[in-house]
Amino acid sequence: MKIHKYDTVIVGAGGAGMRAAIESTKRSRTAVLTKLYPTRSHTGAAQGGMAAALANVEEDNWEWHTFDTVKGGDYLVDQDAAEILAKEAIDAVLDLEKMGLPFNRTPDGTIDQRRFGGHSRNHGEAPVRRSCYAADRTGHMILQTLYQNCVKEGVEFFNEFYVLDQLLVEEDGVKKSAGVVAYELATGEIHVFQAKSVIYASGGTGKFFKVTSNAHTLTGDGQAACYRRGLPLEDMEFFQFHPTGIWRMGILLTEGARGEGGILRNKDGERFMEKYAPVMKDLASRDVVSRSIYTEIREGRGCGPAGDHVYLDLTHLPPEQLDAKLPDITEFARTYLGIEPYTDPIPIQPTAHYAMGGIPTNVEGEVLADNTTVVPGLYAAGEVACVSVHGANRLGTNSLLDINVFGKRSGIAAAKYAQENDYVELPENPAQQVVDLVEHLRNSTGKERVADLRLELQETMDACVMVFRTEQTIKTAVEKIAELRERYKNVSVQDKGKRFNTDLLEAIELGNLLDLAEVMAVSALARKESRGGHYREDYPNRDDVNFMRHTMAYREVGADGSDSVRLDYKPVVTTRYQPMERKY
Amino acid sequence: MATPTLSKTDKMEEAAAASPYITVTFRIRRFNPEISDEAQWQDFQIEIDPKERVLDGLHKIKWDLDGTLTFRRSCAHGICGSDAMRINGKNRLACKTLIKDINPEKPITVEAIKGLTVMKDLVVDMEPFFQAYRDVMPFLVTKGNEPTRERLQSAEDRERFDDTTKCILCAACTSSCPVFWNDGQYFGPAAIVNAHRFIFDSRDEAGEQRLEILNDKDGVWRCRTTFNCTDACPRGIEVTKAIQEVKRALITRRFCPLRGRRYEGPAPECVFRGGALARSGEHAPSVIADRRRSPLHAGRAGRARRRMGGGTRPGFAVERSSA
Ligand SMILES: Cc1cc2nc3c(=O)[nH]c(=O)nc-3n(C[C@H](O)[C@H](O)[C@H](O)COP(=O)(O)OP(=O)(O)OC[C@H]3O[C@@H](n4cnc5c(N)ncnc54)[C@H](O)[C@@H]3O)c2cc1C
Ligand code: SF4
Ligand code: FES
Repeated sequence: MKIHKYDTVIVGAGGAGMRAAIESTKRSRTAVLTKLYPTRSHTGAAQGGMAAALANVEEDNWEWHTFDTVKGGDYLVDQDAAEILAKEAIDAVLDLEKMGLPFNRTPDGTIDQRRFGGHSRNHGEAPVRRSCYAADRTGHMILQTLYQNCVKEGVEFFNEFYVLDQLLVEEDGVKKSAGVVAYELATGEIHVFQAKSVIYASGGTGKFFKVTSNAHTLTGDGQAACYRRGLPLEDMEFFQFHPTGIWRMGILLTEGARGEGGILRNKDGERFMEKYAPVMKDLASRDVVSRSIYTEIREGRGCGPAGDHVYLDLTHLPPEQLDAKLPDITEFARTYLGIEPYTDPIPIQPTAHYAMGGIPTNVEGEVLADNTTVVPGLYAAGEVACVSVHGANRLGTNSLLDINVFGKRSGIAAAKYAQENDYVELPENPAQQVVDLVEHLRNSTGKERVADLRLELQETMDACVMVFRTEQTIKTAVEKIAELRERYKNVSVQDKGKRFNTDLLEAIELGNLLDLAEVMAVSALARKESRGGHYREDYPNRDDVNFMRHTMAYREVGADGSDSVRLDYKPVVTTRYQPMERKY
Repeated sequence: MATPTLSKTDKMEEAAAASPYITVTFRIRRFNPEISDEAQWQDFQIEIDPKERVLDGLHKIKWDLDGTLTFRRSCAHGICGSDAMRINGKNRLACKTLIKDINPEKPITVEAIKGLTVMKDLVVDMEPFFQAYRDVMPFLVTKGNEPTRERLQSAEDRERFDDTTKCILCAACTSSCPVFWNDGQYFGPAAIVNAHRFIFDSRDEAGEQRLEILNDKDGVWRCRTTFNCTDACPRGIEVTKAIQEVKRALITRRFCPLRGRRYEGPAPECVFRGGALARSGEHAPSVIADRRRSPLHAGRAGRARRRMGGGTRPGFAVERSSA
């Protein structure tokens, strides 16, 4: 075991982690721990763009953007946070441009903007061009640009270090962060990082679904590490299903495709979104479009021999436009489906995409231990966190924005905290929990296999807690997850070595997914209403009287060592906008 | 459009619904120094739909047959650059190569990319690769006061370096380059591609410094225009063309009065294999060998030391990774 000492430790080197690192490295001695090489992070997969009311191509302002964010999130958004997001969006985009990001340009040479779902002028009047983009690889450009600037700033990275535990120590009756414990992939060695402040920026948890746009490595490690140490997780029942994933594979085809004029059609060639969202049509909010697609499929208007998908039609768009604006996704269609998007429609289905919930924080990125108490020295930003700017449903292009705005804020706040505070003493045997976990898995002779359990989990989640949910399906999921968690105790790995033992890490990641799936299902069961990404067929309406509040899920450990999820709720911050019915 | 033309999509859907599994042999070069110092080939037979990816095949092996098989991967759709490997003797991304496109009737050989130290099975030490990248100053450098709004750039100026912005740092190009195999000190195509991305960005003001770095004996002049890199690049980047453009910029620069400033010469055109530029390029080192060395040459020394396990240049990111 090795012990390191840094002012600030950042967990994750995606957009949020590197944006934070650029700030904190200037102000405090910072280490970035990342399980992937920074440029492998899933921010690089983002395609469509990043929202900011620059008003470069048409009238726009941050207040409209705030409204759209609140409405898009079905009023579960904390409005103070949404306001900061929309206001600081403008500088966030300009910062990136100054760091070198090659945005597409208007004829005047300013940053070009395009339409995106749910973004409108004047509170829903008509779609507005608000998404700043670089072809259909905006996330790639953001990730590269931030890494380039980390190189410039001399950010210190520990690549292929998996953070597996969060150290919390009680001091003067207050739970404080003391550091993290990490596992080094190359050697199998365990490292303790003592730090005055820690920022989680470890991304999403989409891998508990089968059809997903998320990377294999998005296994919610940060959420799980905090949850196991007694910290709450907020709004975990809210997961976004993106309407246009490649049929069966889940690979994302950006909403930018519809922003450029792409149309969704059923087997009769009908533009069915006209029925469900007369104004915004194909560019209605994602939850609305995903449900519309499944309604078409259920009512027998799906395409293909099994009628299990619909089409994204780009054939009426000029090939030059596809080449210039959507080169990557048209190539995905060619590579993975053998289809030519110039002439043929692309089969799509909704794909599990984005975790709205996560580690609760305030607008400075400080992690909350309950509804109001901050954990000194602990921060979170990006998809792992829940500020909450996305509420029940995130608008497209608001996450790349979120990681930049709140990545920067948490980087500044964490470095400041480190400057002003001392180290918290490490607990005795700080690495014990990780050592035990690793040893248990390495030595286990159990008969259960990681791949089987993971597949069963994913199939359960797809079947039971996806776009449509009912009491019955969620209960089935809760039971199945409990069974899988029990069986997980008998999981064993084949690779017993120290070097690059990815077999072992997949087992650990599965443990995280199982815990988070349980939290999601239990939270979903209790929310007897439909709101944003959480749609209950047995409670199809939004219920502001009983459920206009955030879910806070805690891990409870019984006297016998068994654990369960305890739910509590937190009020929503409402400033300007009173809840209205959401129509597109 | 009333009725979309569905023919090709229809066919694809029917074929997909049928899912005809076939038996395929994967022949994988295994290496685990915890067990043996020798690498050896191992065969695995799996059932797979030919429309699946080589990465799916590797997963089937790891998940069902042998958990010790080790490789890197993340995004599974050609975006993160984790899984460059040699598949049937060619560098490709496992997640972007479909089984049906590489003749599944014969065993599919899979081995680690060449020129970088193999750590285990298909995992190589990426550190020298990233160090070469960091050495070309892969970031925008500007002088003077920052504007309040964005810097302006015309759509044409933006287009000028579009191709090289696509790079995902997968190392398929560099590890397919015979010059790199023979001498790991060569910067390699990927680093040059990333220098190109800034040299030709109208907003950047350090083109001259980057050109100076690439003028080094381990720089662009080592390129022998074999085009392996261009063939290997999963992002379709015209890697060789980018290298040629950098060479050309270096030559043009010799007559450019604006030394010390950003390169502002005419946009160089691509000169193909065997062309005049390629030949003059090869002779260029002797012509310019006595040029004043920029302070940034210290960086090359830093890189050499780094490769021997030493320190790094101050001010540049330190990567603490494997080994
Ligand atoms: C296909 C796709 C397209 C998208 N398109 C858009 C879009 O157009 N616009 C938009 O706004 N949003 C988009 N999104 C959403 C957005 O891209 C993500 O939400 C966002 O990039 C997440 O960034 P992040 O920094 O929080 O996490 P990530 O980029 O996922 O980074 C996570 C980091 O954490 C590290 N990590 C994870 N676990 C550990 C651990 N245990 N120890 C150490 N390190 C760890 C990883 O190595 C990685 O560096 C898209 C998402 C997907 C999947
Ligand atoms: S130029 Fe192409 S092959 Fe080379 S590292 Fe970049 S993406 Fe990979
Ligand atoms: S797994 Fe990301 S490029 Fe292949």
